[in-house]
Amino acid sequence: MAERKIRVLVGKPGLDGHDRGAKVVAAALRDAGMEVIYTGLHQTPEQIVQAAIQEDVDVVALSILSGAHMTLFPRVLEKLREEGMDHVLLTGGGIIPAEDMEKLREMGVGKLFGPGTTTAEAVNYIQEWFEKEHAGAD
Amino acid sequence: MSKRREKKSIEELSKENEQLRADLEELRRQRAAWLGKHKAVPKREDVTFDSLSGRELQPLYTPIDNGVYDPEYLEKLSLPGEYPFTRGPYTTMYRTRLWTMRQFSGFGTAEETNERYKYLLEHGQTGLSVAFDFPTLMGYDSDDPRSEGEVGVCGVAISSLADMERLFEGIPLGDVSVSMTINGPAMMLYCFLLATAEKQGVDLKEFRGTIQNDILKEYMAQHAWIFPPEPALKIIADIFEWSSKHAPKFNTISISGYHIREAGSTAVQELAFTLKNGFTYVEKGIERGLDVDEFAPRLSFFWDVHNDFFEEVAKFRAARRIWARHMKEIYGAKNPESWRLRTHAQTAGVSLMAQQPENNIARVAYQAMAAVLGGTQSLHTNALDETLALPTEKSVRIALRTQQILAYETGVAHTIDPLAGSYYVEWLTDQMEADAERIFEEIDELGGVVRGIEEGYFQGQIAHSAERFQQEVESDQRIIVAVNEFTGGNDDVSIDLLKIGREIQEKQGKRLAELRATRDSERVEAALDRLTRAAQEDENLMGPMLDAARAYATLGEIRHALEKVYGRFREPIFF
Repeated sequence: MAERKIRVLVGKPGLDGHDRGAKVVAAALRDAGMEVIYTGLHQTPEQIVQAAIQEDVDVVALSILSGAHMTLFPRVLEKLREEGMDHVLLTGGGIIPAEDMEKLREMGVGKLFGPGTTTAEAVNYIQEWFEKEHAGAD
Repeated sequence: MSKRREKKSIEELSKENEQLRADLEELRRQRAAWLGKHKAVPKREDVTFDSLSGRELQPLYTPIDNGVYDPEYLEKLSLPGEYPFTRGPYTTMYRTRLWTMRQFSGFGTAEETNERYKYLLEHGQTGLSVAFDFPTLMGYDSDDPRSEGEVGVCGVAISSLADMERLFEGIPLGDVSVSMTINGPAMMLYCFLLATAEKQGVDLKEFRGTIQNDILKEYMAQHAWIFPPEPALKIIADIFEWSSKHAPKFNTISISGYHIREAGSTAVQELAFTLKNGFTYVEKGIERGLDVDEFAPRLSFFWDVHNDFFEEVAKFRAARRIWARHMKEIYGAKNPESWRLRTHAQTAGVSLMAQQPENNIARVAYQAMAAVLGGTQSLHTNALDETLALPTEKSVRIALRTQQILAYETGVAHTIDPLAGSYYVEWLTDQMEADAERIFEEIDELGGVVRGIEEGYFQGQIAHSAERFQQEVESDQRIIVAVNEFTGGNDDVSIDLLKIGREIQEKQGKRLAELRATRDSERVEAALDRLTRAAQEDENLMGPMLDAARAYATLGEIRHALEKVYGRFREPIFF
């Protein structure tokens, strides 16, 4: 019963240069046994979705601390849908007020994590999502 | 009943030496006995008793640890305002002048930020510090497609001289000193500011202010860059050269540890990486053919001030001593102004917690006190809500009041360097200096700072420290109040947050369209062409850029004129 590794793209969209959180989370996901691809900084939504396609990932996790989340999450979501990548989970974290998290969730973005979250919470969330998503497939 | 010093025979001196040795032996013996008793008593098991940077700490420090008998006092500590400045950069410190209370601030359009500045000045703030939005930090105009969603969000949007004029409308730049956190496009914003000051009738020879202009730490930590390292360093040398002649009182660089620390480094890494960056700039100035004493007096620094109180105090003190020694002994500076490290400080943004944000007031207060005991020249105190959004007027006022309480109520500013001679603080200061020297050697072995950046040395070290800290918190080795302990009350998250509307972007877009339609476009074209040619010919760019700014060329246009020659920095990704 060889389980396939969960593939995650950790992305930094927009002009935001804060990558401490993205790198810490990426390392934690990798330590939890996932295959992690980190995009580097200053990526456009198009670049992120292209990378997601090329790397054939299960999850796209964006880190946004610049306040541009209401522009960037919807745009990545829209591009993913345009490319037929509906099966991909779009999640992430950053400085995002609770009411914005709610609005983004209504649009179809997954759970978003704010400051003070443990990396374990993010790892568990992705693992549980993946198990549920692939429960019927095996 | 003072005795006159007598001449002593060799026998007498050696007798005294013996006595000193005997005293020290006695202290050693007693300390060993004390340690035996100490070990016999049970210790708390919920903490590790090491420093934030992982240094193993002894329970007690005595002259044995830091050598009070050592006649090196003058060499190592000296007096405030005297080489090597361990006890402070100035002779009278806060007895003459308190530190400048300088709150970093900016959001929305120039008008909104202008209002906030006037509010802060009315409430007793004594200097201004400009926070720019991400497009400005990266050299994009507000109407560039890449700026979408980010205009005026994390700071104020400034795309041309016209915006800068609005930013300081009614604020006399000759009286209020301005500091600008700008790096990649530092020269552009510096030119906008100089042109604004000129228009206000300020004599540039007397003009005071600061630009951060520290590109090396951008590659390491903050990541708002435009050009590759070599042209970026050339631009910095241009600024040194031009300013030493035309704006000699302006601080042309603020060499910053803040962002390195916020990105995850330890206190020692912050200290060492930052000072090494400083030495690199000094070397660039000297390579340009400048006399070190011409530009070194205008270099200033910027430290983070984190939770570990004594480690922070020691960091400030060690920094001054290291800088002075290197400037004098290695770079041959003769002017004491070149040896003197002056610094700004800001409380640690990363230490603020989203859980029970009001608790952040206490964190900020302790950090601010450490900065003051460390001898800072100016200080920003973070607002309690900054982990959730840009601060509200109320939270900014509390942050400023925190400094005022420190300054006027606690008495810590009454005496200079009050922690000197503390066994612990002197020992830590020495340790941090030694650790920093070791890191300098490591960087030299790598081939210097630029090489280290290209090879990802700094980025890797910083990321590693960030991971280690996070693991310590998640495994409960370090307690963070209301995060992994004392979480009662965490459900109460009702604080007001500042919101930035999308209309800012439209407003800025319209404004830029208007500017482009009404300015003298031939003059703009000519100025931009002249700038590109200056870059091709490797001339000093300050003159041509100032002309482009005066002609109302935009930030993005100026960047583009130079990008044609210099290209763009591409981040090496290390993960």
